[in-house]
Amino acid sequence: MATEHSKASARIMIAPAVFVLLVWMLVPLCMTLYFSFADYRPLRATFDAWIGFDNYVSFLTSDSFISSVIVTLQMVAGILVITIGGGIALALLLDQPMFGQGIVRILVIAPFFVMPTVSALVWKNMFFNADNGLFSYLWKFFGAQPYDFLSQAPLFSIIVIVAWQWLPFSTLILLTAVQSLSSEQLEAAEMDGAPGYSRFWYIILPHLSRAITVVILIQTIFLLSIFAEIFVTTNGAFGTRTLTYLVYQRVLESQNIGLGSAGGIVAVILANIVAIFLMRIVGKNLDT
Amino acid sequence: MARAISPRKKMMWTVLAWFFGLLIFFPILWTFLTSFKAEAVAIADPPVWFFFDWTTENYTAVLGRSNYPLALMNSIVIAVGSTLLGIIIAVPAAWAMAFVPGRRTKDVLMWMLSTKMLPAVGVLYPLVLIAKYFNVMDSRILLVVILMLINLPIIVWMLYTYFREIPGEILEAARMDGASLRNEIIYVLTPMAVPGIASTILLNIILAWNEAFWTIILTTVSAAPLTKFISSFSAPEGLFYAKLSAASIMAIAPILVMGWFSQKQLVRGLTFGAVK
Repeated sequence: MATEHSKASARIMIAPAVFVLLVWMLVPLCMTLYFSFADYRPLRATFDAWIGFDNYVSFLTSDSFISSVIVTLQMVAGILVITIGGGIALALLLDQPMFGQGIVRILVIAPFFVMPTVSALVWKNMFFNADNGLFSYLWKFFGAQPYDFLSQAPLFSIIVIVAWQWLPFSTLILLTAVQSLSSEQLEAAEMDGAPGYSRFWYIILPHLSRAITVVILIQTIFLLSIFAEIFVTTNGAFGTRTLTYLVYQRVLESQNIGLGSAGGIVAVILANIVAIFLMRIVGKNLDT
Repeated sequence: MARAISPRKKMMWTVLAWFFGLLIFFPILWTFLTSFKAEAVAIADPPVWFFFDWTTENYTAVLGRSNYPLALMNSIVIAVGSTLLGIIIAVPAAWAMAFVPGRRTKDVLMWMLSTKMLPAVGVLYPLVLIAKYFNVMDSRILLVVILMLINLPIIVWMLYTYFREIPGEILEAARMDGASLRNEIIYVLTPMAVPGIASTILLNIILAWNEAFWTIILTTVSAAPLTKFISSFSAPEGLFYAKLSAASIMAIAPILVMGWFSQKQLVRGLTFGAVK
């Protein structure tokens, strides 16, 4: 139905958005790619434009890379387990008839809107602190030794902080999915005498599977880039250095631009592997 | 849901849900309470709950610190500025894709989305370099532009899903009546699109307000928003819990309120329509 005229205008209307995103994506990425093949250390005034794959080899074979990948995987997996498990439980709970449903919903969603630096600092000081943190009082109350979370269990502590921030996200999306489940189906199963857990296992969970996949993919993409929470709690120490953080340190702290850029490209490739799966699901949905 | 529910069961769910709701909300509640305590009370052992001398001295103290008002102003300028700039670029694009879809519309949308998945560290140094080259390090304009670019795919995507729900027949009717493209947008589409645009703005202000990678790395003082300002508390001196709490509450309160209003849009905006 669209005329040639409106098609031409449409192209002009889309152009600015496409143009700025194209520049935004291509220019810096090409620069990173270029630096990743160079020996570039500004602090030592070293610049050698082409050293082949040396940066990639030394980045990929370094112990810090291997350990950063392990830390990243542990962190992402830990957060996903908590947010998906907790999210399903909370979504089913919030779907039940109750008084003050709206208020409970608001309480549950709130952490998502807290800025990362605030939540990291609040948890670090007011909960995890060995001298004055609330957990220390709790531990003492039960007669246990106060525990210095961020130095004794730093990875776990960061997982708790980030999971707290992301639990609302998974809960909200899973709740949306739960609410689209037809109650007739559940009632029929109930009348047929299906016990609670098999109703959950055979009806609810399969219905949620798509939403769960989406949550996993979206969270993974965001979680691969966790930064502020590490920055203000451990600054990458005590085995909490993720791939993102390692690249950040190589580039901005030790100013080894070549090596850091190679790391950046590696991070881009890893993120893209996850992104492809997400895009497929989103793309399929676009057709319907 | 027409099922009859026994009051006892409903009561049980209520208690359970409120318990977990309050548990999850607790860190925010505790920060709120602590922000009204004197510093010595804030670290009292055992912890004090509600019965203390409520004071607003922490808020006065934080607001009196030289750079808090500046950080607040920076946050507002950066979040609102980047969102509005994004809207200006995204509205025409989303409109065109929703109402004059071409063969490649879907590809363009998917490609835009893929830029959102680019990890920030992949472009870290070039951006620092570009910012230094144009002499815009630690400036608001730099962050307005960068946060706009980061959120542009979400803005386009959300607007697109809203615009697609507007029935095309109305536009056709307007076209039959001889409305020009410009008039069509201004008089027909815009009034219908306002709710969608408003919730897109809301969600993106929230996302920009809380962005904590580029804001931390690309600012020092003069353009530092609240994310950066708060992170300066990570190496504190002396008693500071109550002041940290006050600063935190002020940083999150406006967004918390906006967030509660935009919870429905949140699902739509962050899943790119994959969950409805």
